[in-house]
Formats: sequence, C-alpha cells, structure tokens
Amino acid sequence: MTDTRKPVESMLTDYDIFEPSFVANPYPGYSEIRESECPIARTERYEGSWLPTRYEDVVALAQEYEIFTSRGILVMPPPPGQAEGAYGGVAAPPITSDPPDHHWHRRLILPVFAPQAVAKYEQSTRDLCNALIDEFIDKGTADAAADYAQHIPVRVISNMLGVPLDMEETFTGWVRGVLENMTDMELRKRSRLAIIEYFLAQVEDRKKNPRENDLISELMNTEVEGKKVPIEYVLGVCNLMLVAGIDTTWSAIGSVMWHMAQHPEHRKQLRENDDLWPTAIEELLRVYAPVTMARIVDRDIEFQGCPMKAGDRVLMAFPAANRDPRQFENPDEVILDREHNRHVAFGSGIHRCAGSNLARLEVRVALQTWLARIPEFELVDPATVTWAGGQVHGPRSCMVKF
Amino acid sequence: MKVSVDMGSCHGHQMCAIAAPEVFGSDELGNAKVLIEGVIPAELEGKARRAEANCPERAIIISE
Repeated sequence: MTDTRKPVESMLTDYDIFEPSFVANPYPGYSEIRESECPIARTERYEGSWLPTRYEDVVALAQEYEIFTSRGILVMPPPPGQAEGAYGGVAAPPITSDPPDHHWHRRLILPVFAPQAVAKYEQSTRDLCNALIDEFIDKGTADAAADYAQHIPVRVISNMLGVPLDMEETFTGWVRGVLENMTDMELRKRSRLAIIEYFLAQVEDRKKNPRENDLISELMNTEVEGKKVPIEYVLGVCNLMLVAGIDTTWSAIGSVMWHMAQHPEHRKQLRENDDLWPTAIEELLRVYAPVTMARIVDRDIEFQGCPMKAGDRVLMAFPAANRDPRQFENPDEVILDREHNRHVAFGSGIHRCAGSNLARLEVRVALQTWLARIPEFELVDPATVTWAGGQVHGPRSCMVKF
Repeated sequence: MKVSVDMGSCHGHQMCAIAAPEVFGSDELGNAKVLIEGVIPAELEGKARRAEANCPERAIIISE
C-alpha cells in the first residue's frame, strides 16, 4: 500500500505516531523532542494530542489523575458514536475508570494478579512455550514474533478466563483490530463489538451451566456492598483482559527475542548467572516498554508551559520516559545488571498495570524456555523485521535462524 | 536500619520485592509488605536502599 500521509514537518509540532519509520523505531524521535527546547510536543493529526517525553513530566501526568483523566486512554479518539452505540457503557475497567469507581473496579481484580496468585501459571506457561518450540525447533528457523511471542499471552489469558484455546486466532484478530489499525474506525468498532458479544455469550452460558475456577465465573459472582457487580463491569474486565493482556505482553516478548537474537553476550550472561534474571527482566522491560497510554485533560490548565484545554488528549509515552538520560545513565544501552532502575514500563500512580506481575512472568518464562532449548540464534535479516506501534510497540515478524 | 512502606502511596509495582526479596513481599492485593519488622540485617541494607531508589511511587521509607 502506498503511504499517502503528509510528511512530518517537525517532530515538535507535527509528530505522527503512525508514520512507518516512527512505528519501527520511535526512540530517535522521542529523543529529538526530549532534548529540544520544547520537550512536550504537539500535533494536530488525529484530532490533536500532546506528547511529553521527559520522565519527570510523564510521571507527573500519570500521578495527576484528577486533571489527566482516563475518559480516553487510547492514543486515537474512539470511533464516532461508540459511547452511544451498542454496549456503549462497556469500557475496560479499571484502566478506563476514574475515582471514585476506579477504587472498587481495581480492588476486585488486584488479588487475581498478585505475584503469589500468578505464580500458579508458571508451569502451564512453560509447557505452552515448549509446545510452541516443538513446532519449529527441527526447522532451524522460526518467526520469533509470529510463531512464538504472539501465541503466549493469548493462551495464558484464555486459560485464566476459562474460554476455549481454539479462539486464539480470533482473539488475536480482534485485539489487533482494536489496537493496531487504529485509523480504521470501522474495523475498531467491529472488533470491539465482537469482543463484547463473545463474552456476553460466555456469561449467558455460565448462567445456564455454572462453572468454578474461571475468572468470568468469579467476576459474575462478585458482590460489592451486597449486590452482584453489573454486567457492564464483567464484560468490561473481560474486554480489558484481551485488549490489555495480549498485544502488550506479546510485544514485550517479541522485542526481547529481537534483542537477544542480536546480543550473544547477553544470552551468555543470563545462561551463566541465574541470579541476574529479576534485574535483567526489569531492564528489558525498561528499554522495550511496549505501551503508550493516553489521558483526557479535565479542565483548561498550563502544564510545563503548555496551554492545555479541557478535552485535549495527552499521550503518556512510557517508552520515552524510560529512555530519559536525566533518569537513566546510558538510557539506550541494555545493562542487564542495572541496579538503579525506577522504570515506568507499567505506568505510575493509581493505574499501574494490573497485570504487571503476570507480564513479568510471561516475559521471563518465554525467554528462559527459549534459551534453554535454543541457546544460539540470530536474525535472518534485520531489514525484514516488521513492527507495530502507536499504542503498543513490538515486532510482528522477526525471522531468526539457529 | 528499619524499613516501612507508605501504603497510601504504594501502588503495587513490586519493584521493592524484586530489588530486595528478603525484605519486601506482597500482600493479598499485590501491594508491598514488609517482611522484616525489626532491624534490617547489615548484609541486606544495600538491597533495601536499592528497593527505596527503584520504587516508582517513592513509597519506601528508610529510617536509621
């Protein structure tokens, strides 16, 4: 397809988060903005947004949830009429919630994602990673993104929700429809509706045939102040599980595989030192933080000299914050034993990624399992790696040989 | 050295438990839990300081 977009005039006043070279490698662009006299950039594209790039500014806006609200958390405006259309009241709580509802929206799901709770998925995650590797290990080549990373989170999440694993491709298609092709409003609308209708059917089925031990059933039976939670909440959390739990972690795993394919010294370091893993995973999450979120400005304010209006969209580029040299020494370098690492790959403040402990587990187990069976591998051709970006950054095709 | 957590600021990043697993753990919600109530053994002081430095919410309080 020919790219018909208008060329970017200046990163400071006309950035385009869907411009192909920025999608593939956004870091030089972030750096250009961050080190300019204007570290909060502005664009009029896609109905306009602001883009802070310094760690301090990104954290400040994540903390100020009364000014920077979660009425819109995607980097693009929603398809027209979505809020008034079918299932308009179904969002993705708690990520889309503001206080006071945010508190109970979040409180109910936190125990599911505590470190001790997600630990029970470690063995099944390892098993599924091994099963994926079985498929290609004898071929000597594989797509580390499409044959490996892409399949891991969707299977973990399906297992948690208690839905059939054969929905994998369908779920992946819906999530990409919502998060990747964001300029295609019809596709976004259709994908969102498909997710909600699917889970509505799952809820109806559980009403007739009650089950135990799956998250959908648990959510349906949850009570707040003596009353069952509303169906919009149940459907919203299911929506969140797919939209926030699949593309994001798959992108992180893919980026880590892409990195490791090019860094034999890091593979060796991890092989030789088991104690390094926790620090190494945090460092890889810092450098390859996949997610940019957005906020909607509540009222006219001046933020770091920028005149923001009520309703303006502000992008919280955690990947940019995580490479700010004011916060991190040699920020573009992967230092697996980096001790001082106050990264914000999972955000900051009341909306800290609820699934962060599960994401960490998946990234670690995916890399450990791969390295145990395929210790040496390299990119087939760096030029053929393809990327998604905008809301979630990571490779979509990454051929490696071994 | 003693440690505590400002639970009003903690949002469950778990970065303290990653930096100093002997000193910090997780409560039922995944928020920080102090595992050593009394004086922190000298050999863990470095890790505890690292936990304080890495907390995105600045919720770890160290008192000497």
